Amino acid sequence: MTDLAIQTTGLTRRFGDLLAVDSVDLAVPRGQIYGFLGPNGSGKTTTIRMLCGLLTPTAGSAAVLGHTLPQQAEPLRRQIGYMTQKFSLFEDLTVTENLRFLARIHGLPRLDRENRIQELLERYALEEMRNRLAGAMSGGQRQRLALASAILHRPTLLFLDEPTSAVDPENRRDFWEKLFDLSDAGTTILVSTHYMDEAERCHQLAILDLGRLCAQGTPDHLMSALEQRVVEITGPGLRAVKETLMQLPGIESAAQQGLSLRVLVGDKVRAPVNFLRQSLNDDALTVGAARANLEDVFVAATRGEASS
Amino acid sequence: MTSLRRVGAVTAKEFAHMSRDRMTFGMIIMIPLVQLLLFGYAINSVVRNIPIAVVDLSGSAAARVITEQVRVTQVVDIVANFDTPQEAEAAVVAGQIRAALVFPENLAERVAGGETVAQWLVDASDTMVSSALLSLRSMPLHLEAGAPLDAYRTTVPSFELALLFNPERRSEVNIVPGLTAIVLTMTMILFTSLALVRERERGNMELLITTPVLPMELMVGKLIPYVLVGLIQVAIILGLGRVIFNIPFAGDLASLMIITLAFIAASLTLGLLISTIAKTQLQAMQMTVFILLPSILLSGFMFPYDAMPVPAQYIAEAFPATHYIRLIRGVVLRGAHAGHMLPDIVWLLVFTAVMLTIATLRFRKSLD
Repeated sequence: MTDLAIQTTGLTRRFGDLLAVDSVDLAVPRGQIYGFLGPNGSGKTTTIRMLCGLLTPTAGSAAVLGHTLPQQAEPLRRQIGYMTQKFSLFEDLTVTENLRFLARIHGLPRLDRENRIQELLERYALEEMRNRLAGAMSGGQRQRLALASAILHRPTLLFLDEPTSAVDPENRRDFWEKLFDLSDAGTTILVSTHYMDEAERCHQLAILDLGRLCAQGTPDHLMSALEQRVVEITGPGLRAVKETLMQLPGIESAAQQGLSLRVLVGDKVRAPVNFLRQSLNDDALTVGAARANLEDVFVAATRGEASS
Repeated sequence: MTSLRRVGAVTAKEFAHMSRDRMTFGMIIMIPLVQLLLFGYAINSVVRNIPIAVVDLSGSAAARVITEQVRVTQVVDIVANFDTPQEAEAAVVAGQIRAALVFPENLAERVAGGETVAQWLVDASDTMVSSALLSLRSMPLHLEAGAPLDAYRTTVPSFELALLFNPERRSEVNIVPGLTAIVLTMTMILFTSLALVRERERGNMELLITTPVLPMELMVGKLIPYVLVGLIQVAIILGLGRVIFNIPFAGDLASLMIITLAFIAASLTLGLLISTIAKTQLQAMQMTVFILLPSILLSGFMFPYDAMPVPAQYIAEAFPATHYIRLIRGVVLRGAHAGHMLPDIVWLLVFTAVMLTIATLRFRKSLD
């Protein structure tokens, strides 16, 4: 009836005095890779746990694949896969023992079980280590096993909580290819990350900070909203320039990146490049507009001035 | 000096750890407290108040006088009267009484002739209990009002004792069957309490609760392997006990199986409950020790149950080991059938049901 896999309104979770998730409104379309971008402690894991039915929301409502949470958590469990942030498979069982256990728990028919396990072992390059103990595998191998376990029962919605945090860049790229394969086959994927390059790969993105949803949209849309507000300055004495800039009104952030200083200007300032040239008034410095990237989006969003 | 400062830093850190871990802190206080109370108050190696029955075949006044004199020694507590020695022996087998005092029909003639006046049928499997009763053997009797205390003093002992089940009075006969209860308490509770906590510590629980597995399915599935483990342990103890210590096996295997399964179930579900309370494996271990100690000291394994004061007996009743020790001694040593000792079996089954229910209710499939 709806083309949304996840819809929440005012989703809130408190742990004692701590407001971990603060009235988050999400709309995740089916079939997309939807990213949660945010620093540690921004409420990504808590939100995912609530959407899986593992945590009861303090307030607000959530509908996941048409199931109202937390009342319908049990039927939902058959349709979702969850890859936890910490490796949660049994380290003292082998790869196939882990997969067989989960296949039986999920009630895969006997014949299908072995075929499915074989298929996943091949797809995720685990064939050769099928009898290896899960605890004895490398970060990348564990991650592939965890993904295979999460999709064993062919879930239509997959939650991945910082799936690449223990993995090298090569394996990360590989992993994302696999996610696109799954997405292509119709699986909705919600993935949390604090890597900008990963966030950029998502179809849609939600930026979380301190439990609040700061921005939501496609990466391109989010970046183009910052058009003209990012300025790059090169030249000598950049540390001093930064000090000067931070005194100016309307400057949201300035961060040095190698030989240049990347400045995010507030949206009240008109013609930011000229404004900075005049303010600094130093011929030794080159001041020019730069294309906004996701980090700029993130910085802008978490300062509470995001445009959606 | 710097070394001293570093030692100081480590010490301060260790105190900080201690104050964070309320369970360890509790154990620091509770272990000496409980041990002191157990050893100082509950545990008494001087046996008193042994439950016995009287069988008076003579129906004479002398029997009543002698019975009264035996009673005032406080060694025994007369809990029943039977008409025949056979009924008394059945009660001994069923574990209702530890001994029976049987007065023969010709009691009056015996008293007149200065002979031994009566016979004790004693369950000798517990040597401490039988020693206490043996001490009554030559007690001076005082049969006529006004006569001096040792008026009835003959060259023969006052009573004759028939030691049932363990005539050589070997202590291992009593210890070995009881040991099964201690070993099972230790391993069953520890294994299951660790099993669930370990999965929580390692993060496996987060995986399990996102699957369709139900709490009861998870619990029962986890317990089944340990049932087998427990049966193997009992087989080892009783098998080797027979080979090495020559412990008789008077009962039937079906009864042994019934009582052992009931006890294993009770211990496993108790372990399960611990695992829903403990947050770390260390805490689970500490709680197991907390149950193990009274199971060893109060259950009748080391010290006779009958010798403990009544409040301590009530506490002992709460522990499954107390019931199992009673049951397994009955089956192994006295040849009792499971049907003779239903109250203890029913108690273990009720305990199991209650523990499993509480554990399942406490174990929710959420991280709240």
